[in-house]
Amino acid sequence: MASIGVNELLFLLQGLKWTIALAAIGFAGGGLFGLGVALSRVSTHAVLWRAGAAYIAVFQGTPLLMQLFVVYYGIGLLGVNVDAWIAVAIAFTLHASAFLGEIWRGGIQSVPKGQTEAGKALGLHYVSRMKDVILPQALKISLPATIGFLVQLVKGTSLAAIVGFVELSRAGQIVSNQTFRPLMVFAIIGAIYFALCWPLSLWGASMERRLAKSAR
Amino acid sequence: MPHIEPGSEQALIALEGVEKWYGTFHALKNINLSVHKGEKIVLCGPSGSGKSTLIRCINRLEDIQRGRIVVEGLTLDDSGKTVDAVRREVGMVFQSFNLFPHMTIIENCMLAPMRVRAMSKADARDIATKYLGKVRIGDQADKYPAQLSGGQQQRAAIARALCMEPKVMLFDEPTSALDPEMVKEVLDTMIGLARDGMTMICVTHEMGFARQVADRVIFMASGEVIEEAQPDEFFSTPRHDRTKAFLGEILAHH
Repeated sequence: MASIGVNELLFLLQGLKWTIALAAIGFAGGGLFGLGVALSRVSTHAVLWRAGAAYIAVFQGTPLLMQLFVVYYGIGLLGVNVDAWIAVAIAFTLHASAFLGEIWRGGIQSVPKGQTEAGKALGLHYVSRMKDVILPQALKISLPATIGFLVQLVKGTSLAAIVGFVELSRAGQIVSNQTFRPLMVFAIIGAIYFALCWPLSLWGASMERRLAKSAR
Repeated sequence: MPHIEPGSEQALIALEGVEKWYGTFHALKNINLSVHKGEKIVLCGPSGSGKSTLIRCINRLEDIQRGRIVVEGLTLDDSGKTVDAVRREVGMVFQSFNLFPHMTIIENCMLAPMRVRAMSKADARDIATKYLGKVRIGDQADKYPAQLSGGQQQRAAIARALCMEPKVMLFDEPTSALDPEMVKEVLDTMIGLARDGMTMICVTHEMGFARQVADRVIFMASGEVIEEAQPDEFFSTPRHDRTKAFLGEILAHH
């Protein structure tokens, strides 16, 4: 039985680096496309509205693991050789944009209608109404839920192991196989995930309290 | 601004045979109204009579199913261009103020001049300062709406609309959401605006205001214009029973 030394810990931290990178990519891509999804869901254009609804239904209604599989091996089947990075970036973007899109749709719709009307009455165009008036208020309302989703996303990155990523969970599995100390290794892994997610959760909760206070 | 007698030119706003339905509910029935430059119109009537709906049609917050609305020679239609052009010239003040809560008062005032009139930040600040001074809340410019009293918020909303230098101001029950002690400061602001020659259409139950500034008072009920008269005549010798009943109820409270 080998012991867990500095090398093993460094290997785990290497995995942590990928976990953070994957979460960041998913959040950035998901944020960008999620905004589009949210806007389509509040649009009065029937086709856009339906497309947004279908998109959310598909990507919220299927497991992330399956989405990763489909994107990674699916694109490969088409004869295109994709880098695992690109496949994973696409899959996490699809997944995160569906969830963030739905969270932000709720935020946009909870901004009072009078705000849109005041914007229209002042002659503001759609882009300005959204960018200057509605979205800053909607995103603020949605912040706690957005942070909550980010926590889910961090933990969800462990699924990227399926397409060959050595992120934190997979790194733990490897170290555990080498050292035959699964309990110890996964306790460390758990602690690292916890150290990453707990502060985010706390931040989300404090945001929620602050919002509740300012809403009064 | 040169003073032009009402009727001496084409109407600034004209509604011709306007009809509006919400589903099967007939909200506006054959509305015909023309407003000339400098005129002050007070619209009153029981709630649900269509008076708010009527003014919301003028800047296309509501669409109409039949008839025609002409503002400044532009016939409102579905084209975004006409709607934009009309909204640039028509200011509106809402019952619930609708200030943007995440911006300071002066930012509220600067937004539309910068985005719609493509004004520089410095010019927008100048014009915002001017109108905030005019409604006497220049010292509140850097506060957020929630830090102001209702009366101050409504005056800020008036200043915000004025910063676009509109040709017409629409007021949709501007004092209905205010505590009684704040009604006067808002009405005084509106009276000042009227004295400066602004064309105004006001939905309000403030009959003192109507007496003081209105050129015409229009009484609506069930989506129809029931009676239209000069204020003296309107209050002293209302012709229709519904007007009499309405005035009886509303004046009993004053």
